[in-house]
Amino acid sequence: MGRFLARRLLHLGPVLLGVSVIVFLVLHLAPGDPAEVMLGANANKEDLERLRVQLGLDQPLYVQYLTWIGHVARGDLGRSLWMKRPVLGEVLERFKATLLLTGTALFLSTVGGIALGIASATRANSLLDRLSAVASLFGASMPTFWLGIVLMVVFSLWLGWLPASGMYAPYGGGGLRDLLAHLILPAVTLAAASVTIIARLTRATMLETLGQDYVRTARAKGLGDRPVVWRHALKNALIPIVTVVGVQAGYLLGGAVLTETVFAWPGVGTLVVQGILARDVPLVQGGVLVIALSFVLVNLAVDTLYAWLDPRIKFQ
Amino acid sequence: MRSHLLALHRNRLAATALVAIALAVVAALAAPWLPLSDPDTVDTANRLKPPGTPGHPLGTDEFGRDLVSRLVWGARVSLLAGVGTAAAAMVMGVSLGLLAGYYGAWVETLIMRLTDILMAFPFILLAIAIVAGLGPGLRNAMIAIAIVGFPIYARLVRGVVLTVREREFVEAARALGSPDRLILARHVVPHLLSPVVVAFSLDVGAKILTTAGLSFLGLGTQPPTADWGSMLATGRQFVILSPHVVLLPGFAIFVTVLALNLVGDAVRDILDPRTRTA
Repeated sequence: MGRFLARRLLHLGPVLLGVSVIVFLVLHLAPGDPAEVMLGANANKEDLERLRVQLGLDQPLYVQYLTWIGHVARGDLGRSLWMKRPVLGEVLERFKATLLLTGTALFLSTVGGIALGIASATRANSLLDRLSAVASLFGASMPTFWLGIVLMVVFSLWLGWLPASGMYAPYGGGGLRDLLAHLILPAVTLAAASVTIIARLTRATMLETLGQDYVRTARAKGLGDRPVVWRHALKNALIPIVTVVGVQAGYLLGGAVLTETVFAWPGVGTLVVQGILARDVPLVQGGVLVIALSFVLVNLAVDTLYAWLDPRIKFQ
Repeated sequence: MRSHLLALHRNRLAATALVAIALAVVAALAAPWLPLSDPDTVDTANRLKPPGTPGHPLGTDEFGRDLVSRLVWGARVSLLAGVGTAAAAMVMGVSLGLLAGYYGAWVETLIMRLTDILMAFPFILLAIAIVAGLGPGLRNAMIAIAIVGFPIYARLVRGVVLTVREREFVEAARALGSPDRLILARHVVPHLLSPVVVAFSLDVGAKILTTAGLSFLGLGTQPPTADWGSMLATGRQFVILSPHVVLLPGFAIFVTVLALNLVGDAVRDILDPRTRTA
């Protein structure tokens, strides 16, 4: 396991390098002068020159990249032009909220998806199975942000059961109960599409595993349904499920941007969007980099989980 | 071809979806000639009228603009964005996948490492980052979504080419002295047709959703242009008193993407019977 991990960590280097180059280059794509983009068309020459020097824009591109990546390696993501504060602190503060939201959504979609998938596979073509098929089609076709608004209208505005936005109530909030109440709608919105995807895949792989000889043997030994499904079939169906859960984790990290915007959730997503609209390049760079890095780490975790679930993978 | 049409006819749901898409496309194309009021004309006296108002069957938005007209004109933008970005991603991805799969060596390493790195980002985040670099606007949002979308096609095509390249007929063509271009065009590309068509037909809906998402964040279509995503974004502030300004454009996106996915599933079942949905 140690050697496998070491090899995976070695692969991580080029990917991280590539990710950092893309994040750096993408924000230098704009035709024209980034300083002018940031300050607007009416900025005067001295301000433009000062910002160019401050951001190192007067240097060649590769020098700019090396300087930037050197700072990043030391944990310095620069200063936000708009908030006038170090980017790292701001992004990490917001990242906690994003992590809480995506983590909860991932938990809901994994547990819900696997349970629904198993239920559909053990009762194939039942009403539940058909409903789950329809739900998966709806999940893939519904704009997340629209679902969020609809849930908000129904549960916050009409029924008044749950708060509509933010992470804590502005007055008298702050407890765990308050946080949970604010978390439910965004987490359910974000998880909705993933639940159905995980459920469909679990159903398909479970149907395949349940048809295997060893399952028939287990049944022939007189084992009940529960141990056959949970102990024999599910464990062998887990590899494709883990893959899709990993993919969904990335989808949720990205999709969080939209959900956060709908519910005014104070995460990195809203920060990045505000940063773009305020033309704050260091802030956008920092936010995108942190989310991309966490996605790379999620993928590493998924790979490690494979090796643990299926020891054959370690030796390939 | 005939048997394909027959199969589609048997799948009633997909056939209905196809009719719905055809109607949306015709309405979008014919928008300038339809008896609709101007989608951008402001009429503050009639703002936020509910559906069923005389002269405005689906009501009006926060500026008193007719919602039927804005939905139809918005369909032009949304459908064009969906088909355009999926097509651009497909052309880029297929070309790069062909190069990578057929030539191998450093060409393959370079292209596949690029796709690996692009896929190391959550796709909507990368699209957002690219728009941040290029500047908000529909054209830039479409460029961003196409760039983010091509790696899937590149990987798919490379995989198919890797298997086709080793087949005897390619070897024979090479032995006969056919140039690479001819081998690719006549012997390799036909094998790509069905997986690429399947991927494309399932991709258009996803691209409409992504474009609408960027417009919703204020990074795609800019006001006053009617587009389903931006209609949702601007209507959001009025959702308490007039939910229809948000519900209608969202419903339009939902129904269109649902229809596209149904047709996509049917196309997959027809062209690739191995993955037929249970």
